[in-house]
Amino acid sequence: MSADALLQVDGLTRRFGGLVAVGNVSLDLRVGEVHAVIGTNGAGKSTLINMLSGEIPASDGRISLQGGDITALPQPRRALAGVGRSYQRTTVFAEFTVLENCRLAAQAATPRPWAFWESAARCAASNQAAREALEAAGLAGEAQRIAGTLSHGAKRQLEVAMCLATRPRVLLLDEPLAGMGAEETERMLALLARLKAGHAILLVEHDMDAVFRIADRITVMVNGTVIATGDPESIRTNPEVRTAYLGDEAAH
Amino acid sequence: MSGAAPMTSSLPLAPAAPAARLSRGLLAPALAVAVLAVAAPFLGGYASDLVVKVMILAIFALSLELLVGMTGLVSLGHAAFYGIGAYATVLGSGAEGGNLLALLVLAMGSAALYALVVGALSLRTRGVYFIMVTLAFAQMAFFVFHDTKVGGGSDGIYLYVRPSIGPVDLENRLVLFYVVLAALAGTYGLLALIRRSRFGAALAGIRVSEQRMRAVGFPTYFYKLAAFVIAGALAGLAGFLVASRDGVVNPELLSWHNSGEVLLMIILGGLGHLRGAVLGTVAFTLLKELLSTHALVGPLADHWQLSLGLVIIGFVAWLPRGLVGLVQRLSPEGSR
Repeated sequence: MSADALLQVDGLTRRFGGLVAVGNVSLDLRVGEVHAVIGTNGAGKSTLINMLSGEIPASDGRISLQGGDITALPQPRRALAGVGRSYQRTTVFAEFTVLENCRLAAQAATPRPWAFWESAARCAASNQAAREALEAAGLAGEAQRIAGTLSHGAKRQLEVAMCLATRPRVLLLDEPLAGMGAEETERMLALLARLKAGHAILLVEHDMDAVFRIADRITVMVNGTVIATGDPESIRTNPEVRTAYLGDEAAH
Repeated sequence: MSGAAPMTSSLPLAPAAPAARLSRGLLAPALAVAVLAVAAPFLGGYASDLVVKVMILAIFALSLELLVGMTGLVSLGHAAFYGIGAYATVLGSGAEGGNLLALLVLAMGSAALYALVVGALSLRTRGVYFIMVTLAFAQMAFFVFHDTKVGGGSDGIYLYVRPSIGPVDLENRLVLFYVVLAALAGTYGLLALIRRSRFGAALAGIRVSEQRMRAVGFPTYFYKLAAFVIAGALAGLAGFLVASRDGVVNPELLSWHNSGEVLLMIILGGLGHLRGAVLGTVAFTLLKELLSTHALVGPLADHWQLSLGLVIIGFVAWLPRGLVGLVQRLSPEGSR
């Protein structure tokens, strides 16, 4: 594995009883790269992202962030260490405004929970982080909208913006394009292209056209194991991948 | 009737409230406190007793609102902390009474300590299991006082002399009134501050999506535990006051009926609002008084539980957002 990997995963395994949901997966994420993980339903992509973000513990294997072992860190500590994630199912705080959503996310870094006399709305540091995240995600104009009233595409953008507000270095994005129209997809892809420069991005996505456009490297999973890793061109022409997953689509 | 969809968007935006909104939100409560403070010396014995009773219950209800309305933790064992605060006050008093401040610290501290133990264990569970575990711990405390000689068994024990410090002597009914009023104002103010603070914003986030809060880096367990302990301590404050008012404590204070009633009060008032907790307490207590008064409802008064139950079903059916929802619907600006 490359020495300049920001997040490095070695032999990661997750067993549910007798079932191996993710078996011996190794991959690495680097700043400046979108690393896509594709696979059919049930291939273990979500389990993998849940293990990387710390939502579920790994049965075996090792995750390191800049060389430091984070395998045993609970999810909140991992988030503070710089591993941010978005969810496949939109999990924005529907009743808060767009700005409040991001400010709350940003507050995790400087929580000061004992300072009950200080107003959350006046926290300069988290307001700043929230505005930057909204700016980056292209939602600056919607800051005062109630999040629940946003369009589906804008909610997906907010999902990413909340993740950005925590100023992560690693972004784990679980199907950010799910349910999006063509225009919304273009906007999200442009956002990912901009974020690439400063972040190491893991992208789990079903939209193959989008994946092959944006990804620098692709890992293909089948039944919990990695069957191929490489640049889009080598994946496109890999015969094993074509029979296992892409089917005829890749031939065109 | 407004459906479920507008309900979410019209909930108060706890983290949004800037200072301007905080002071506006405190205007009505401050006025109420001022009116009560001025009226206190002119109230008759019955009215004064009733107001003190409602104010103590309002502190109790506010403490539960911190858990249920602000954090989304439905506890069915909150009376345990109320009862422990009351028992600590009596058990800590000698034959000549005791120091008010020392007893207050003892009552709130005991309740907070039990809340720390109960919270540390129960907060590892969720939803209906959390409800069951809080109930079980409250029943445990109930039976400790009911079945052992620690607090006089099922008959309870008397507080021979009420707490005092310097000129503040709770044997004096008017002094008691002002102390209870100050405690209510202080509790309300503290919770209003917490709501607008970063801690309160985090609690609101946990109420909506704990998963999301963990994903952005909040150790949510400790936030919930802190809320649980603060709520326990404030319930202990209400317990201290009720023991000082009644001059007697018994295990019924810790009973699950009591936990259920205080939950009803805040639901009746409207969850998610501090005003709701207070309005709900007033409405619930007055309804209970009215429906059990022979002069008003005749023989029905013997079956006040039945009529109270029907009224509450009616409230929940027609006012899903509680009394606060009604006030908002009637006021021109509050319909958002």
